[in-house]
Amino acid sequence: MFPEEQRQISSVCQRLHRDANAKAVLLIGRDGQPIAEAGEVGEIDVTSLSSLTAGNVAATGGISKILREKDFTSQFHEGEKTHVHITLVAGRAILVVLFDERSSLGLVRLRVRKATEEMARLFEQVAKKAASSTGPSILNEITDADIDKLFND
Amino acid sequence: MSFINYSSREINCKLVYYGPGLGGKTTNLQFIYAKTSPEAKGKMISLATETERTLFFDFLPLSLGEIRGFKTRFHLYTVPGQVFYDASRKLILKGVDGVVFVADSQIERMEANIESMDNLRQNLIEQGYNLDKLPFVIQYNKRDLSNAASVAELHAQLNPTRVLEFEARATTGVGVFETLKAIAKAVLTELRRGSGG
Repeated sequence: MFPEEQRQISSVCQRLHRDANAKAVLLIGRDGQPIAEAGEVGEIDVTSLSSLTAGNVAATGGISKILREKDFTSQFHEGEKTHVHITLVAGRAILVVLFDERSSLGLVRLRVRKATEEMARLFEQVAKKAASSTGPSILNEITDADIDKLFND
Repeated sequence: MSFINYSSREINCKLVYYGPGLGGKTTNLQFIYAKTSPEAKGKMISLATETERTLFFDFLPLSLGEIRGFKTRFHLYTVPGQVFYDASRKLILKGVDGVVFVADSQIERMEANIESMDNLRQNLIEQGYNLDKLPFVIQYNKRDLSNAASVAELHAQLNPTRVLEFEARATTGVGVFETLKAIAKAVLTELRRGSGG
């Protein structure tokens, strides 16, 4: 992920959080790595939530394959207080919206649709950049000594 | 696939512990969790059956320190080792950066080790990876048991490509951190190589 696209994706998350009246919005890689977040995430274990959501989406994807369906693009979990809406973004990432009685499933779905279109465009941009780039500079700067230093007891 | 987050200045990598059922994959993670300082680890999640057998995966997020101002975070996963959970194993390999194969040294488990290694290779191919090109280390666990096969025999059966290998006794932690360090180092080195650095 490049800094400029990272900033733009974060701003789409923030807008979605506001427009959908959501508690929180998380964008996660399909492998469970958190990419961006917005809203009330302070009390949430984002790392664990990301990993479990990715596992959940992967399992659902496995089910869809067995049923010879295309990926199930969205899921909804209804809780007593908090509800979870999960959507695949361009087959590359997972958008999670946590919301409560201040919002509704209809509103969340509506706003998510717009946000996923924007995010899909940004991912396309990232993919193009990545294809023409030699990789983020931080990796080029790492030396053997840097790596060894991590493992000094 | 590793993920670099420039806003939070983090390098995130995914490690998967693979191997036959009851070989000690979960025990490796439990030992790492128990011996890591609270600020370096997140919550360990185990999706297990009532009898403590891994159903889907174990997950442990770990921080190893900083490289050039970037926090290195490793997400450790185990797969369910039992043969019939193959669909789950495939899913967990998605986006993997490095693999630890935890072999059960007991002579009676040699067949299960070989089968699991073949399964790893095949499942990686299905996900578009080649085991020979991926950061990969092998751990021979349960070295303390009287029915353990010799390391030479395990090596001959499981390590034809001569990747780094470690003897371990995961219940007491012998070899656990050595294995983790070796795979983490291999992943970071590969990341740098892959970026052209």
